[in-house]
Amino acid sequence: MTENGDATPLVRVENVNKNFGALHVLRDISLTVSRGEVVVVIGPSGGGKSTLCRAINRLETIDSGTIIFDGKPLPAEGKALARLRSDVGMVFQSFNLFAHKTILENVTLGPVKVRGIPREQAEKRGMELLERVGIATQAGKYPAQLSGGQQQRTAIARALAMDPKMILFDEPTSALDPEMVQEVLDVMIGLARDGMTMVVVTHEMGFARRAANRVVFMSEGQIVEENTPDEFFTNARTERAKDFLSKILTH
Amino acid sequence: MESFFDFSPLVQEFGTILAGFWSTIRLTLMSGLLALILGTILVAMRVSPTPVLRAAGTLYVNILRNTPLTLVLLLCALGLSDTLQLAISTDPGTNYYWWATAGLSAYTAAFVCEALRSGMNTVPVGQAEAARAIGLTFTQTLRLVVLPQAFRSVIAPLGSILIALTKNTTIVIVAGYIEASAVMKQMFDDYGGTLPIFLGFAAGYMVLTLPTGFFFGWLAKRMAVVR
Repeated sequence: MTENGDATPLVRVENVNKNFGALHVLRDISLTVSRGEVVVVIGPSGGGKSTLCRAINRLETIDSGTIIFDGKPLPAEGKALARLRSDVGMVFQSFNLFAHKTILENVTLGPVKVRGIPREQAEKRGMELLERVGIATQAGKYPAQLSGGQQQRTAIARALAMDPKMILFDEPTSALDPEMVQEVLDVMIGLARDGMTMVVVTHEMGFARRAANRVVFMSEGQIVEENTPDEFFTNARTERAKDFLSKILTH
Repeated sequence: MESFFDFSPLVQEFGTILAGFWSTIRLTLMSGLLALILGTILVAMRVSPTPVLRAAGTLYVNILRNTPLTLVLLLCALGLSDTLQLAISTDPGTNYYWWATAGLSAYTAAFVCEALRSGMNTVPVGQAEAARAIGLTFTQTLRLVVLPQAFRSVIAPLGSILIALTKNTTIVIVAGYIEASAVMKQMFDDYGGTLPIFLGFAAGYMVLTLPTGFFFGWLAKRMAVVR
């Protein structure tokens, strides 16, 4: 899994805890993600999957423990935190495209304002990325004019435009109409093939089987089981994982 | 009784009246512009992560919004300008114009700030999260993503604030600056308080404010952010 020969993990989460009031959403979580690895986080709702995903770029603060990204602990705030986030792409369940900007502007805003890349160059690169996710013809439209699947592919292009070291996907297909799920998954599978480091919170078993190196099963704020996709889906070790799989696989 | 329905003073003093309304327009536009700038700074303070800035913004808004405009303008003209001798210009006309503008914009900025703050509440949290996630700083997130959308959602209320400001300029009479309503008062003294003079000035204000309302209504529709 360390194809480029760099043995230090890209992300190291160590003994992380977080509470939302009385709710203990992350219980002593430890997890490492290697460079080029695709980790799928799976589990019942309210199990802390999204919180863990959002903690990795500090959209969610943690109460204790450490998260180390690319050899350095996550900065707490300010310019250093902004710089870290520019290296970690994020794709949200509800797309969150900038509603007042066109599709192309959504993709170029970060490169121009954060990286200081000249607009012309950013637009050229932006068009290439929109081409790659299959929506170059929509570049001049506004997000509300696009389908959910197109919006989510734009969001992936927006993340890619920053040349991130990894991309976090927080339930990227959960808000989509069923017929649009596959077009987004196809883009994600392409990214995985190209060696992008990805942490993906999802219920899409097909994606996990085809693209994941590892499946992490979370329930009630804990990592209950970690395994290869094949092992996990055919031969889960824990009762909680078996119970969860029986519920989603029968449908 | 005949003089009560006599419109001729409006014709005779037409030049003076126009000059009065021109002063009203100058006061309104300059105060409106300054209030917009100050209001934007205030709302940035009120949502900033720094507690001191937040407190200062809140304090400012609550003091200015809850003080009668007459008192604010008296403080500017009598207190700051006359008593403390803080002259902005040696020419009294220019001096009182700027003090009146200062008072009007300081007062109106509090309302602009609150309108913008309610506009920010219409912007989904995810917009700011996405902005932070691509590495924009707090100020960039505010300037490039949140405020542009907030502005667009409160164009109509900002229009109402501008109309209120236009009519509030009548109060600068206490600050020693001559605008339309001061001309009207002078005409009442010279010609007697007649209905035609009153109607003439009321119509004059409507000529300014009605198109403002229509324009902002049109602009609000045109600039609305579709989600």
